[in-house]
Amino acid sequence: MTTPFYISPEQIMKDKADYARKGIARGRSAVVLQYDAGILLVAENWSPALHKISEIYDQIAFAAVGRYNEFENLRIMGVRIADLRGYSYDRRDVTARGLANAYAQTLGTIFSSAGEKPFEVELVVAEVGDNAESDQIYRLTYDGSVADEHGYMVMGGQTEPINAYLESNYSAGQSVEDAVRTAVRALGESGQAAGAEGPRRMAANQLEVAVLDRARPKRKFRRLTRARLEEILGAAPADEPAPAPKSEDGERPPVGPEPPKPGSTDVGGSGGPAL
Amino acid sequence: MTSIHDGTGRVPAAFLAQGTSSFTDFLGSYAPELLPHRRALPAGAHVDAPHGTTIVAATFPGGVVMAGDRRATMGNLIAQRDIEKVFPADEFSCVSIAGTAGIGLEMTRLFQVELEHYEKIEGTTLSLDGKANRLSTMIRGNLGLAMQGLAVVPMFVGYDPESREGRIFSYDVTGGRYEETNYHSVGSGSLFARGALKKLHRPGMNADQVVRVTVQALYDAADDDSATGGPDLTRSIWPVVFVITADGAHRWSDTEVGMVVRSVVEERMTAPDGPHAAE
Repeated sequence: MTTPFYISPEQIMKDKADYARKGIARGRSAVVLQYDAGILLVAENWSPALHKISEIYDQIAFAAVGRYNEFENLRIMGVRIADLRGYSYDRRDVTARGLANAYAQTLGTIFSSAGEKPFEVELVVAEVGDNAESDQIYRLTYDGSVADEHGYMVMGGQTEPINAYLESNYSAGQSVEDAVRTAVRALGESGQAAGAEGPRRMAANQLEVAVLDRARPKRKFRRLTRARLEEILGAAPADEPAPAPKSEDGERPPVGPEPPKPGSTDVGGSGGPAL
Repeated sequence: MTSIHDGTGRVPAAFLAQGTSSFTDFLGSYAPELLPHRRALPAGAHVDAPHGTTIVAATFPGGVVMAGDRRATMGNLIAQRDIEKVFPADEFSCVSIAGTAGIGLEMTRLFQVELEHYEKIEGTTLSLDGKANRLSTMIRGNLGLAMQGLAVVPMFVGYDPESREGRIFSYDVTGGRYEETNYHSVGSGSLFARGALKKLHRPGMNADQVVRVTVQALYDAADDDSATGGPDLTRSIWPVVFVITADGAHRWSDTEVGMVVRSVVEERMTAPDGPHAAE
């Protein structure tokens, strides 16, 4: 009879966290920031159909990075919770805080339950209020921890250079055009264009951009169209796509598909690229 | 509220389940008691609930108008003078209810959530026919209550981006869906309203002219049907009027509708039966 190996709880949690972090680090990043009339959500996303940013309710938006099938499930969960609550109480009773709690519970329980792999996702639930002070931005990580963010936040692959750029260049109260330019420029800090110096330039078709616009009457969520983005960013040609960031140990997993090509997005598979 | 927690701290599996993009289906599996038609009335029970009455709709090139009076009745009493029976279903469509007010309002609310829920989950809106069919399903679910006297007969209108025109759908209590051309009316005053629409509505009219025609039709319905409210000049309660075009559904303000109503009433001072049909 063999004695099973003892693994300490600390080690199990650390392994799970490392696993989730590696998965998330493979994906492309997303940025959420407050501007003068609401909240702006920008993600690097090659797919025109598979969204990383979406509407949850009147004044609430969702953005996520990581494994598509997992955060898509969470997104649908959020829409169902919000619609059920709004239908059985009132539309005003649907809050980002309530949703953030539901996500925290779900992610936390999955993370700490034995025999389940943690979700490789990082997500944000943002609610636009009557003014910038009452905006709420909740960041949720794979282990169910919640943070209340202000100003700007970055999630996904190589966040350090993006964070560093925003730290020195973000200012509160920017117009939506300036905020988009700041966010896109910041996202360009991650990954280097082939043979180019400095940050990548990104074109409208590589980006998914939406706002929660305080001024809108009921449903505040609005996507910025390709044409509008080109108008803001200028129609300069984009640099070659950077290879998707590699996992921390510098190796891609032995099995799994190629890094994402423009217009293609992998939606599952072990060790595949994350969105 | 129907709690979303099941005691383990985890959101119940139904919220994460694969499959439906329909809110009604989700509600049916998770909290069926919240569906409008899940009420069991004892056999032979008679419920005296307020009724809403006349709704009219008419098309014009590139859009459609829907208007409703403001009276709710309970037997021979006026239950409410300023009830609303016409609601935006989503950005490009409106739904209105004639029949049992309580159930109709609940059904409308569910229908609104249903359309928005689909849009959020799928990232695209339903086709106009898809929306009309979803409403059909909801009425069908209510047939049991309709048999006990709690019938709801809605009308659904919307702008169809594919054909670039306004379209009108009417229903019966069994959920049967019928597309109407040019104009339609439902409710107890609808016989009179339809007569007026038939005489006054012409296919080439513009939106303003059609709004005027619907106000005329509601006036005629109120003239001959006690359950339909006429324009309340002393309290300034005007019909609810929605105009739907490619720009979306837009509710006319009280000032705009008031002006039309006052001018219609003014004409009726000298010609109580309204305008004559053109020779």
